[in-house]
Amino acid sequence: MKSLRNLLDKMKPTFSEGGKLSKLGSVFEGFETFLFVPHTTSKSGTHIHDCVDSKRTMFWVVLALIPALLFGMFNTGYQHYLAIGVDAGFFQTFFWGCLAVLPYVIVSYLVGLGIEFIAAQIKGEEIQEGFLVSGMIIPLILPIGVPLWMVAVATAFSVIFVKEIFGGTGFNVLNVALSTRVFLFFSYPTKMSGDSVWVSLKDYFGFGQAQVTINGFTGATPLGQAVVQASSDSLALTNVVGEPLTFWQMFLGLMPGSIGETSVLAIMLGGLFLIFTGVASWKIVVSVFAGGAFMATIFNIFAVDAYQAMPFWEHWCLGGFAFGAFFMATDPVTAARTECGKWIYGFFVGLLAILFRVFNPAYPEGMMLSILLMNLFAKVIDYYVIQSNINKRAKRAMVKSAK
Amino acid sequence: MLVNPISKNNPVIVLVLGICSALAVTAQLKPALVMGLSVTVVVAFANVIISLLRNTIPARIRIIVQLVVVAALVIIVEQFLKAYAYEVWGQLSVYIGLIITNCILMGRLEAFALGNRPFDSFLDGIGNGLGYTLILVIIAFFRELLGSGKLFGFQVIPDCLYEAGYVNNGLMIMPPMALIVVGCIIWVHRSINKDLQEK
Repeated sequence: MKSLRNLLDKMKPTFSEGGKLSKLGSVFEGFETFLFVPHTTSKSGTHIHDCVDSKRTMFWVVLALIPALLFGMFNTGYQHYLAIGVDAGFFQTFFWGCLAVLPYVIVSYLVGLGIEFIAAQIKGEEIQEGFLVSGMIIPLILPIGVPLWMVAVATAFSVIFVKEIFGGTGFNVLNVALSTRVFLFFSYPTKMSGDSVWVSLKDYFGFGQAQVTINGFTGATPLGQAVVQASSDSLALTNVVGEPLTFWQMFLGLMPGSIGETSVLAIMLGGLFLIFTGVASWKIVVSVFAGGAFMATIFNIFAVDAYQAMPFWEHWCLGGFAFGAFFMATDPVTAARTECGKWIYGFFVGLLAILFRVFNPAYPEGMMLSILLMNLFAKVIDYYVIQSNINKRAKRAMVKSAK
Repeated sequence: MLVNPISKNNPVIVLVLGICSALAVTAQLKPALVMGLSVTVVVAFANVIISLLRNTIPARIRIIVQLVVVAALVIIVEQFLKAYAYEVWGQLSVYIGLIITNCILMGRLEAFALGNRPFDSFLDGIGNGLGYTLILVIIAFFRELLGSGKLFGFQVIPDCLYEAGYVNNGLMIMPPMALIVVGCIIWVHRSINKDLQEK
């Protein structure tokens, strides 16, 4: 630790004003504050700081995403070996998934952080740390079949047009990671949905096998299957080799889907950590699940086809519902900020997600669209919550003065 | 008068008029160009006619008179396109008819033609029409190039790129992307002309 501090102190004059590399000052500043909590104090008014600044907060979120990432790697390998009908051991499965998933993480971080660094240099500001989380979420919400250059284009697009244009971290109206996904979804629909993108059938450096699948292989996600089977008597959701999917498997996440969104267990581990540390709001999480359950129950009561009869606990476990509830809807920048507003915001996120899912077969992943839609409404909700509070208090004051 | 509306007073990116048609017809270059030229012709001649009549039009009914003139010109243009460029006319569909409600037209007639001589009005109409055309063509260039890999209907992105895994961007064909491209043009334009930047 001490030697690192000394090294940074030694490098500091080179990057400070007048130094040889003063143009790269913000890059150095970014790394320094990433490694050590800065000692700066506020210059106006009285404030109390603890050591948790936004870089530390972001780091907690990244930490919370690790279980989902690790499970996503394992599941990617698991689906692959299941599809080609090879019984590989745990470590080989995980290793293969690692090889498949890591490029996405690297590309997303390289492009996003690159743009943030350049933007900070141009504006002459400190480097903002918001992308540390977005860069980790982006690979987790993509199907494994997306080409890397598309990920790069979409990441660049959403960092520039969703975030930097509005003023950088903390000013974005929409969730950056979800905007990346939505850009990909509408730009390259063939690579983002359908039956062929969820299970990777490539070989990496001689590991795995390319394009040879066993009989009965189907690459459709459970939600994709539900849309197709909606008109049948009852849903028969299967895994990639056609065996019926149990609830326990859905909960664990051993099914095809976007890399990090399948396992409710892994997501809950990270999500509860976030709630425990106070980074994510438990009110939003609870109300998202409540909203989903409410809508699913309404569908169950008036069900006219098999998809509408799907019980809410299965809705919770399928697709990106749990991931969205814990990691995306709770994004403190884009969610509602008033306490009462959080309940309304979360409830509608869950409600709309199920509504989109069931009623619009073209968009099997309703969670993405519902969160983005509610992002737009979050400020409106806040406005009315505050207004109604003002009115209530004004009324109280009126009554008192009348007495 | 002729040059000013092309950049400093551009109807689309500075006055922000005629945005709806800029979103609707710019998925390909050809319809965008035809649309731009149609608007140029209509606004130029409408300007001349209104300018000639400017002393005889009663102020209270001037909007109606303007509408009649514009509608007549638009129908002439539409019939002309139908006769000589049927395919493009089909692509533009209702948007030719909607030139009548294009804000650029009413804006120029109200703000310029009612108070200036015919020749000046003619130049003003041509200038504004060309400014509109220019923006439409720029938007359409990027949308067609990135959305369909073509320019004026000819494929420009080589096949070997597609074989290497390149895919056209579907979002570029959709209207939202036109809005973002307009935003980018405004961005570039404002950074060149610093005096236009709002505080």
